[in-house]
Amino acid sequence: MGEMPKLQIEKVFKVFSQRGREILAIENISLQIKNKEFTTILGPSGCGKSTLLRIVAGLTKPTQGVVRLDGKVVSGPGQDRGMVFQSYTLFPWLTVKENIQFGLELSGMEKSKQEEIVQEFIEKVGLKGFEGAYPKELSGGMKQRVAIARALANNPDILLLDEPFGALDAQTRSLMQELLTQVWEDLHKTILFVTHDVEEAIFLSDRVFVMTARPGKIKAEIEIPLERPRNYEMKSSEAFINLKKQALALIREEAIKATQNKVN
Amino acid sequence: MGSFLRRLKDHFNPREPISPGLYLSLSFAGLALVMMVWSLLTYGGFISPLFLPSPGNVLNAGWEQFLKFGFTNDILMSTYRVMAGFLIAAILGVPLGLLMGTFKAVEAFVEPLIGFIRYMPASAFIPLFILWLGIGDVEKIAIIFVGSFFQLVLMVAVVATGVPKEMIETAYTLGAKRIQVIRKVLLPASLPGILDTLRIIVGWAWTYIIVAELVAAESGIGYMIINAQRMLQTGSIIFGILVIGVLGIITDYAFKWLHRWLFPWVET
Ligand SMILES: Nc1ncnc2c1ncn2[C@@H]1O[C@H](COP(=O)(O)OP(=O)(O)OP(=O)(O)O)[C@@H](O)[C@H]1O
Ligand SMILES: [Mg+2]
Repeated sequence: MGEMPKLQIEKVFKVFSQRGREILAIENISLQIKNKEFTTILGPSGCGKSTLLRIVAGLTKPTQGVVRLDGKVVSGPGQDRGMVFQSYTLFPWLTVKENIQFGLELSGMEKSKQEEIVQEFIEKVGLKGFEGAYPKELSGGMKQRVAIARALANNPDILLLDEPFGALDAQTRSLMQELLTQVWEDLHKTILFVTHDVEEAIFLSDRVFVMTARPGKIKAEIEIPLERPRNYEMKSSEAFINLKKQALALIREEAIKATQNKVN
Repeated sequence: MGSFLRRLKDHFNPREPISPGLYLSLSFAGLALVMMVWSLLTYGGFISPLFLPSPGNVLNAGWEQFLKFGFTNDILMSTYRVMAGFLIAAILGVPLGLLMGTFKAVEAFVEPLIGFIRYMPASAFIPLFILWLGIGDVEKIAIIFVGSFFQLVLMVAVVATGVPKEMIETAYTLGAKRIQVIRKVLLPASLPGILDTLRIIVGWAWTYIIVAELVAAESGIGYMIINAQRMLQTGSIIFGILVIGVLGIITDYAFKWLHRWLFPWVET
């Protein structure tokens, strides 16, 4: 206690109006994230996870409420909050190296320093040898590794990830989760991660917030006391399985509600 | 017979590629078929040469056009007019289209006007432009401009609108300012689409120039064609049409080659 939270989400509401109809996407969400913490927001499809993350990124304005990063109110997107989307957002006309360099170049950093940082992150995400490749030559998993490296190279205060592995096959996805924990162990960035995959949430996080079906609220908060560093074998440990059961029960209720939502 | 049909069926898989050899042979076969029917009708004497001269006749007429009637100059004149009108339209239209696809305010201001004008056929402006500008190059270039510009603006706007929103948002989260988003994301992302648009537009420009030259001109391919018609030189008419086709294909290939050379990163 006493330490100021890195990120504060305070009484955030979001209403979308679509063809004259108002949709309450997020209802009164408040939560706090500590410095260097890996936090995940877990919720069924359509519950408002992306909306919440976009509000933190400053890409969507909340209808009510505020987000504070290090006590400062967020009013728009900025390089202090790096973002990785589910869809592939690499700039296709830039090589792997140039993509990772994009933010550094904008900041006007010295060229030699840029090169150094780019090289460091290329190695961290295991893409040595692919510096000169264009995105079209990369697999889905490699693209997301570049996207993560690009966001991290910019040295943001917090990294926001919106289902970054959602489009990958199960094996690649599992490998990417391990890579992300390694990167986190290494850099200890504050991370806010969004997923609807229970196992992914538990494996990666220190803390998981479970959201309700639309309108999205925080339904529960689960501490993940699993030891670190983590590896994939832990996924079959008893502690892991118990946490998974607990989270699954919560998310299942909401998923059922979500399907009923759609029918009406 | 059964096995032949089965083998034939193998070449008709929806969207599946066929061998390059077969592809080339089929392309040739298509051309050869047309030539054969043409030759049969003309050399066989089934059709009067006044309606359709033989391939040999057409070549001869073309040869004469080049040697005696200065057809080279006509081709150069038409090419110059097309390129001048097209370039002016591109220089003004590409930036305007980009702005329109980027800023809703520009779209609101420009769209209704351009959306309306583009439905007016360029050829209908010919009488008006002759009245205003005479029958010289300026009038021809103006027709090309009207025929190209408005379509171009709208098509470039669509290209710019097609840049994925998340790509732009990623740039913002990497610290880009508005002007940098335009220069470093919207512009490079739109370039391949813009070049494609230019390729299509220049093809249309070739059709407008012929119409403009048919109506009133003292030189150009269209002028040669209408002159040949007056003198019942059907072979020259057909030769003129074929030359336009060849010029169109050359321009098209030049653009495609440029595309591959400039944008090796485009996903195919
Ligand atoms: N720009 C928008 N305009 C209107 N409605 C929107 C908009 N963005 C999101 N919504 C609605 O808000 C709700 C929450 O959407 P959101 O994308 O945040 O959900 P999600 O939890 O990320 O879902 P998924 O798991 O499918 O990604 C949905 O009902 C969606 O239709
Ligand atoms: Mg989402």
